[in-house]
Amino acid sequence: MITRKRFAAGLCALFAALSMGLAPTVAYAADEPDDSATAEGGAKPKVELVLDVSGSMRARDIDGKSRMAAAKQAFNEVLDATPEDVELGIRTLGANYRGDDRRTGCKDTEQLYPVGPLDRGDAKTAVATLSPTGFTPIGPALLKAADDLKGGEGSRRIVLISDGEDTCQPLDPCEVAREIAAKGINLTIDTLGLVPNTKMRAQLSCIAEATGGTYTSVRHTDELTDRVGQLVDRAADPVVNPVAVKGADRCSAAPELKPGLYTDRAGFGEHRWYRVDVAPGKELRASVSVGADRAVNNDYGVLLRAVTEHDREIVRGSEAGDGRTDVISTGLRYPKPERDDDDAADSADSADSADSADNKETVCLQVSHSYSPAAGAAAKGKPGLPVELTVDVVDAPDGPSDVAAFGLGRGWWLLGALVLTGFVGGVLWGWLARWRVAVWRTN
Amino acid sequence: MRTKRLLTAVGLLGLSALLTSGAAFAASGDGSEGGGGNGKGDRRADAGTSFRTATAIEQGQKGTADASTGDYLYWSFPADSGQRPTVKATVKLPESASGASGAKWRIDVYDGLRRRQPCMYGMQARPAAAGPVELACTLRTVRAWSDPWAADPLPGTYYVRLTATGLRTADLGQPVTAEVEATSKDIGGSAAVDGTLGAPLVPGTERSPAEPEDGWSSGWWTSRWIWTGAGGILAALAGVGGYTLTRGRRAVSSP
Repeated sequence: MITRKRFAAGLCALFAALSMGLAPTVAYAADEPDDSATAEGGAKPKVELVLDVSGSMRARDIDGKSRMAAAKQAFNEVLDATPEDVELGIRTLGANYRGDDRRTGCKDTEQLYPVGPLDRGDAKTAVATLSPTGFTPIGPALLKAADDLKGGEGSRRIVLISDGEDTCQPLDPCEVAREIAAKGINLTIDTLGLVPNTKMRAQLSCIAEATGGTYTSVRHTDELTDRVGQLVDRAADPVVNPVAVKGADRCSAAPELKPGLYTDRAGFGEHRWYRVDVAPGKELRASVSVGADRAVNNDYGVLLRAVTEHDREIVRGSEAGDGRTDVISTGLRYPKPERDDDDAADSADSADSADSADNKETVCLQVSHSYSPAAGAAAKGKPGLPVELTVDVVDAPDGPSDVAAFGLGRGWWLLGALVLTGFVGGVLWGWLARWRVAVWRTN
Repeated sequence: MRTKRLLTAVGLLGLSALLTSGAAFAASGDGSEGGGGNGKGDRRADAGTSFRTATAIEQGQKGTADASTGDYLYWSFPADSGQRPTVKATVKLPESASGASGAKWRIDVYDGLRRRQPCMYGMQARPAAAGPVELACTLRTVRAWSDPWAADPLPGTYYVRLTATGLRTADLGQPVTAEVEATSKDIGGSAAVDGTLGAPLVPGTERSPAEPEDGWSSGWWTSRWIWTGAGGILAALAGVGGYTLTRGRRAVSSP
């Protein structure tokens, strides 16, 4: 009896230890993300405010003040609140030419305050001198603004404030914006329309969409101030800027990618190939977003395939969608298994050891999308649609040996089965013992 | 007789230990859920406008947006294995934007590889209305491991995209405010699968990747340990019981 009691007490203690000791603990063995990326010194974000100073800015329909007055007030407040590390410039369009000649008027864009460290006093003085004058050459102004923002590695942002559609056709500002975005210089154009009409909304939102920016309609001064301030702040947010890369039309000519963030352009019906080296025991992770930077039809898709050099498909990611969208994205993972020891031995026997040490597999990534240009859309083929590709190589996962975690069980059925088995085992053991005792007695 | 009583006592003790540890576990889960909001309340949670610029929020923390109709608003939050995240969004439109515009607000959730994740239930899309538009999306339970060929939710970053579809040009650019919150239910052992990822599905290119407050789970703890352990103990006790039964009958019959 005493033995049995001790046994039970021991079980009790064991159980207590189990239920207390196995507290949920943490810590993934993953490497810490390196903070060095945050400290990039020379990559200051640059913002240029492009203000329409055309004649129509005289209209007094924003909170009873003229549009120009509202813009000036907004600029003053934004200049006061601009973060220190943002390099800000101001460009005007239609500020100087008073004549009627369209050709001259459409070249009328001037840098009011150069992009650089901000001197608030100077900038405000410059803004105060403005008076509404001429045409609305949005396209040329955007081109010049993109030039103003040249240089440096930081993100670039143009904030366009306008109160009328472009009066300088045939240069479509929307296409200009797309061309600028296609240069791969991480430039975003945000547009604000002052008291807009439908045509202007369409044009300004088209400009914004072409570069991944935003469009806002403004009817009140505080809306304008808040929005411009928000956009300038947004420019100051640290982001990782993608590296421009040019994918090939087949794997053998494809550029080799290291882990990172890349951007490319893929036209309608085009495929883009890239190569990534994956060592055994590593996992390739790739995701791709293809942006709709122009009017496209409502049904579309994207396909990302990982293919071996010999054209065997390993894994694919695909996605389809309908309706209004900014991007369509998908991704894939490819864990490359560790090499078997047998294989390693074989290759060590047969070939030089340098080869076996470096047995990385080249995986070809194919990106294709099924956007189609909307009927009647101005921009059809060039430049292609923006592709954003992330490539990452991490440690491969530990594959499962069972469906459940560690092959452990759970649930009342498990308990019942175990209890039943235990009981049957105990009874059998008891009978066996009795039988043995009986045999021993008779002998 | 004494043995029987002892066995009952042991059984009760075991059961109570099981229950209390279970309760403690659930409580700790609740704690981590609620704590997120208060700890980092002053952090900016204003929405980003692309995957790249998505604003990281914690579970339980409110993501906000002060935006225009037509914007694509992005947030990201971390979800760990065993959790079943639910994303809720509230969109407030200006008076003028409502009406028969045909616009629909919707949320889409993407995983760390930018793969779209389906909603098990919840109103993922609703037509724009005068009152606040309430959206919700409950994802599948996050698993610790899955085949590369499957799109099961895995531990890592989740992106929320909030936008309006079916907009007319006249609806573009109107001011809206939105709030997004991600919470999750702890599903526990029933969703514990074997295998772990080498690293959570967090984009390696992100400046400040989302991470749960107390780090990613190592993946070895599951309530299945308790169930299996308790089962083993109960089996052992039942074995002892069975054994005594046979011995006991002999003890009764022998005198």
